[in-house]
This record gives sequence, structure tokens and C-alpha cells, in this order.
Amino acid sequence: MEPSAAAGIPASFVINGSRHDLTIPPWITLLDLLRERLQLTGTKKGCDHGQCGACTILVDGVRINSCLVLAVSRDGAEVTTIEGLGAGGSLHPLQAAFVEHDALQCGYCTPGQICSAAGLLSEGHARTRAEIRENMSGNLCRCGAYTNIADAIEDVMGQGAVAREAAE
Amino acid sequence: MNRFDYVRPHTISDAIKALATPASRVLAGGTNLVDLMKYDVDRPDCVVDINRLPLREISEMADGGLRIGALVSNSDLAWHATVQARYPLLASAILAGASPQLRNAATTGGNLLQRTRCYYFYDPSTACNKRDPGTGCSAIGGVNRIHAILGASADCIAVHPSDMCVALAAIGAVVEVEGPNGKRSIPFHDFHRLPGSEPQRDNTMREGELITGVVLPPADFGAHYTYLKIRDRLSYAFALVSVAVGLTLKADTIEDARVALGGVAHKPWRDDAAEAILKGQKPATPLFRQFADQVLAEAKGQGENDFKIELARRAIVRALHQAAAGTPQDQSNKSVQ
Repeated sequence: MEPSAAAGIPASFVINGSRHDLTIPPWITLLDLLRERLQLTGTKKGCDHGQCGACTILVDGVRINSCLVLAVSRDGAEVTTIEGLGAGGSLHPLQAAFVEHDALQCGYCTPGQICSAAGLLSEGHARTRAEIRENMSGNLCRCGAYTNIADAIEDVMGQGAVAREAAE
Repeated sequence: MNRFDYVRPHTISDAIKALATPASRVLAGGTNLVDLMKYDVDRPDCVVDINRLPLREISEMADGGLRIGALVSNSDLAWHATVQARYPLLASAILAGASPQLRNAATTGGNLLQRTRCYYFYDPSTACNKRDPGTGCSAIGGVNRIHAILGASADCIAVHPSDMCVALAAIGAVVEVEGPNGKRSIPFHDFHRLPGSEPQRDNTMREGELITGVVLPPADFGAHYTYLKIRDRLSYAFALVSVAVGLTLKADTIEDARVALGGVAHKPWRDDAAEAILKGQKPATPLFRQFADQVLAEAKGQGENDFKIELARRAIVRALHQAAAGTPQDQSNKSVQ
């Protein structure tokens, strides 16, 4: 068993491709670590209770609510936030589709929506419009951009299908 | 959040030793515990992070059943090929609950041990016998739209919030626990308890015990199952009433019937005597109504939740029709057929 250390516990993460070796008090959530310590403020704090999805990030490729995770419990994980989704200064296809479809108004929920949609696409369980809506139900948008959000995701999902057909 | 010690055992025996510390709590997915700690509802002295324990396997049992490790995530369980094929009732119930993000983090053991979502339990400024034994129940005579209609006591009218557990109750799962005095297997019906005069106890686990897994008996209802969940919004909300049904039909006759209710009591609610009414009969509305009437014979509203009694009656009849017809409730297209 590892020693308890209220002053800080060693933990390492690969965040958006960069390795971080840190010492973290155990009561710090992954969300607060990203925002307050690493200045990665793209991930938003909405409700801070797992009810709104604004803090959604990808941990080891899987979408989760970063507000409900004690950072030390994910020691060794690979983390992707909205800052790390696009490659080489270009937009991720979901980011481009959100712009194209005007899938936001105030934008506060958008990083969580896009990270959640990235998780949805890699999970591969949503195929229909109804399934996209159900599988995005963990992300609230108080501006009510849901229709355009679903359009953007459907668009990217369709691009994937076209690309797969072209490859075959 | 209060300050606490943190340990990360790598073996089950080290975890059990760590749990001997007074006011220690098990951390798995964290989706409920971290939330409770943020509200100061739970203030552990020591958090025992069990995420390094070897409890993530789903394995076939010799008898045709399935063993689910305590740390298997809700998502991995719901989408597991064997669960989809042989236990679609369980998969359906899991996918009716929470959100994809929460299901990705939440674990099998944690789902069983999640606490009620009673508003008063979550608000340390109010009296609550479950949170602070002996202080009283604010929900009785208070805001109680979501509360129990079956099995409540004068000390607590909270409900168990899980969807997954309602399916596990219908399937007849067994909970495997391990503690300082060794291993025990607890039939699902005996795992959660009614509040009585000790509502602080949600279940029958003993001090220092850890859930290691859940075992499913061989079960195959074919398409004759359903998980029907009625709630205030179509997604991402707790059940007002839910019904899990599994039927074994032979030549249009009900050979076996398992019906469990969620959102109505301190535990997933099953009524063996009422289920006996269904056996040997042909599926029909009058039979289903008779069954629902018997299940709800002792139901008692608290004022704001009186509507749940009639809602449960109708949901039970509808769910039995869905299961008998082999047309289970779709969890994406929510229209109720």
C-alpha cells in the first residue's frame, strides 16, 4: 500500500500529448487540476456536480465528467481536453462542424459538448438521430442549441461513413 | 470538501485492512461519493481508492451464469456482448440511467452502493435520519414528490435511485462481498433493506466489507423482457416509477415471471406472492391489473407523491404487455408502445 500524504501525492498524466509529473492533494478534482493548476481553462465548470456535462473531457479515450473525479485516482492516465482535440493548429472535424452549423450561442457548454461528441463517435453506439440525442443527454445547453448540435454531430458522423465507403 | 487521508491498495486484503479505519470510504468511479463529499453529506477521514484492484473482469460461470467484477464500468457492462445477448434486461436498465459520461466512470459495485437522491439527505442544513440518525425526517410532510409509496417507515421515506439494481433484482443476482471475516454471498433481495428505524443503513453489508462482484444466474427471457422507466424528462433523470419484467413463456402461457419496481421504495421492490398470480396464466390485461393491484395493495402516498400509486399501476400493466409481446421498451426512442 502506498503511504497516505495529505500534503500531496505524486501523480503523472499525459495531457494533450505533454507529460506532467505533479504532486496533488487528494481532494483536488481533475477539473480543478486542469483549470487552476495547469491553466487549461477550456474545460468549463458548470454545475460541479455531474449534472451539466460542461466539464466533459476524454480520459484514456473515454468521455467522463472531470468534476467528479479525484485527480490522484487517475494517476497515469492520458487526458485530452478541448485544447488538445485539434491537431497542428487546425480544427477537429467536430469543431469545424459546430462552427458550420452554428451549434452554440453563448459557447459555455461547447467544449464539453465537443469532447462528449468525440467520445460518442469513438464509442460507436449512436447511429440514428434519436441515438445521437440520447447519447448527448449528459450535456446541457441553456441557450437551447440542441438541434444544431445534433446536426453538427450527424454531419461528422456522415463524413466518417463517406470516408469508410471511399476506403472500401 | 473536507481533508482526508488517501490510500491506494493493490490487493483485496490490503483494501480490507484499510477499510478497518473508522470513517473510511471506498472510492471507485467516484460519481456519487465525490458529489456527496462536495455537499459535506459525507466527510470521510480516509478514502480507500480501490481502482487498482483486479476486479474489472466479466467472466462466464460453469453453470451458464455470469460473474461481473465490482469495478466493471456501467458502460462496459451494458455493451458487453454476452450481456447484450443473454441479459438484455440488464443492458436496457443500465442504459436508461444517468448519462454516457457517468456510465463510463460509474462501477457495478458503486451502483449498488449509491445513496438516495432525497433532497433533504443532500442538504446538511435539514433534519435527516439517514444522514444524521435521530434528527428526524424532513421529507415526511415536506417536499416529497419523488419519495416512497411502498415499505417506508415513520423515520424515512427515501427511495433507492438505481435503474441497474431493479434489473438485478428481477434477474435474481447474487452480491459477493469480502471483509475481515471472509467472503459472503448475499442474494439480491437481501442486499438492500427497508429503512425501518435504521434508515442510515441502506444495505446488509457489515462494517469493513467490500463488494468484489455480482453474479448473474443463467437467464434467458428471449425477447420477453422490458425495462420501462417513467420520469419527469425523457433522458438523464431519476425514475418516478420504473418496472423491470422478465417472462418465461411456453405455448402462450406464463411459466415464470419476474417483476421488480424502481423509484417506489428504499430498495428494488419485488413481490413473490403477487408473481405467483401470473404463473400458469395466459397474458391478458385483467390478469396484469390483478397483479398490479396486489403489488400495490399496501401502497401509501405522502401527499405530493400520491400520483405514483396510479402511475405504478399503469406502468406495471404496460410493462407486462411489452414483455409478453416481446416488444421491449426502446431506450433511445422513448415513445411508450
